[in-house]
Amino acid sequence: MKTLSFDGQRPCILQTASSVGKKEGEGNLTPFYDNIFQDAYLGEKSWEKAESKLLKTNLKTLLEKANESPENIDIVFGGDLLNQCISSNYGLLDFHIPFLGLYGACSTFVEGMILAAMAVHGNYAQKAIALTSSHFCSSERQFRFPLEYGGQRTPTSQWTVTGSGAALIAKGGEIEITHATIGRIIDYGISDINNMGAAMAPAAIETIRRHFQDRNLPNDYFDLVVTGDLGSVGKQITQQQLKNYGLDLEDRYIDCGDKIFDKEKQDAHAGGSGCGCCASVFSGWLYYLLRTGKCRRILLTATGALMSPTSSFQGESIPGIAHCISIERKTDNQ
Amino acid sequence: MRMNPADYKAYADSFSPPSKLWRNMLFAFVIGGGICVLGELLLTLFSTLGFEKDECATLNCISLIFLSALLTAFHLYDNIAKHAGAGTLVPITGFANAVVAPAIEFRPEGMVLGVGAKIFSIAGPVITYGIIASILAGLCYYLGGLL
Amino acid sequence: MNYLQAFITGGILCAIGQFLIDKTKLTPARILVTYVVAGVFLHLFGIYQPIVDWGGAGATVPLTGFGYSLAKGVEKAVAEQGFIGIFTGGLTATAGGIAAVILFAVVASILTKPKEK
Repeated sequence: MKTLSFDGQRPCILQTASSVGKKEGEGNLTPFYDNIFQDAYLGEKSWEKAESKLLKTNLKTLLEKANESPENIDIVFGGDLLNQCISSNYGLLDFHIPFLGLYGACSTFVEGMILAAMAVHGNYAQKAIALTSSHFCSSERQFRFPLEYGGQRTPTSQWTVTGSGAALIAKGGEIEITHATIGRIIDYGISDINNMGAAMAPAAIETIRRHFQDRNLPNDYFDLVVTGDLGSVGKQITQQQLKNYGLDLEDRYIDCGDKIFDKEKQDAHAGGSGCGCCASVFSGWLYYLLRTGKCRRILLTATGALMSPTSSFQGESIPGIAHCISIERKTDNQ
Repeated sequence: MRMNPADYKAYADSFSPPSKLWRNMLFAFVIGGGICVLGELLLTLFSTLGFEKDECATLNCISLIFLSALLTAFHLYDNIAKHAGAGTLVPITGFANAVVAPAIEFRPEGMVLGVGAKIFSIAGPVITYGIIASILAGLCYYLGGLL
Repeated sequence: MNYLQAFITGGILCAIGQFLIDKTKLTPARILVTYVVAGVFLHLFGIYQPIVDWGGAGATVPLTGFGYSLAKGVEKAVAEQGFIGIFTGGLTATAGGIAAVILFAVVASILTKPKEK
């Protein structure tokens, strides 16, 4: 499949909402979040319920900011990292909005945005929402170790972001989704779950290259090319490999996982990861840049590491995937 | 990318920040050694209290396990372990932490299927293979005794 | 002097563990299993007893010491009870530690709940 082009009346991002935990709130992007929760439990009894509440609160915030009621939303495309996407299932229970659950690991946010854009562009929905979350504590207990276990993290390991991002997509706005490239599953044999950035980088490289090739774009077309959660290791690989292919992005390339935490002060090793990473950074900071005109064009690429605890225990390598969407301010792209 | 998996792994590793081996080993040495000194102190204490040598060893083991469980329950053990690495992993306190941590973590799944079933999810292999090895050793002693 | 010897022996055993973690990418669980099994066989071959004699708690507190207890227990039980000792010796010698860890873990799980890092 070639890069999708949303011609004619394009789907637009009308509003976003971003909610995060304490550690993220103390990171590099503090002013851009709608909610910062100091209590990691959010007043709930379990980490899973805490994550559901995070997602739920974030959706509520989005609806309030957009001045919409749940009945007016045609569909939500969303997901998270927990088995059977329970955070989204329980989080959305009270809203009664038609829901399609997604699992694309950390690529889910852009997967949801692409589907929402397709639904809106194809006139199957007037208003659609893309929504994801992740929570450090619920991910640790599912994918790694109990929180109180005294393990040492390796330098390449990443820190699952406690955060949720949501975007309302409909026609008739300033900030348009112009194109999207759907990723392929790519596996270069990395099996270390503490090195997910390296496992996902090849997928990001392939998808970003394909997007530039399909649209025949010059290297400096975007103000920012953004990857979701490759962290410092995956970011360096992506930057260098793209350059080898003649796609030198120079300082126009950033990674949400690399950006979200303060590397000097916060103990996050190679950077942030999780569905909530790209989602909260885009819904907070990047959307602000677009809205205020500080950025005119952004290529948002969310990367997912598609392993499960079962596949890792069985020694399988980690397949990666990356989807990207081109988001542009309307006044500039005629 | 035109790269096979073996080449890619080496290429990716070239971007990985190196782990600080000497620093880590020094921390492990000092903290692990420190825990053993504490053990030696406890041995002296129990022996002064008049316990037999074997009893002292068992009481020492139980005391260190208690201390580790206490630090784990107060969310301190993982913070020490972050710096100590193998220094808090290798002593018996690391074994205790590996049992107490999942017990606390899986409490929401219930006392039976959460705490009860998950309690040895990390440290279980130590007991399993420790016992298997001891049975093999026992067989050697037994056969050795028959000769 | 005893304390210094314990410090050095325990320190070296832990430093070796750290070397294995950083250099071989063995997971912590595998390292613990290796240590216990090593302790059992080192005692079987008569190597660990001299280390315990010199290092004291420095040799018994690390998990190799747990393996040493298992082996010593089975050695004693086989000498006293014969064949049945092969099965009973290991757990008997380490029963105190295992019972304690189960008790404290269950109590801790009731009294506290996990906290974010």
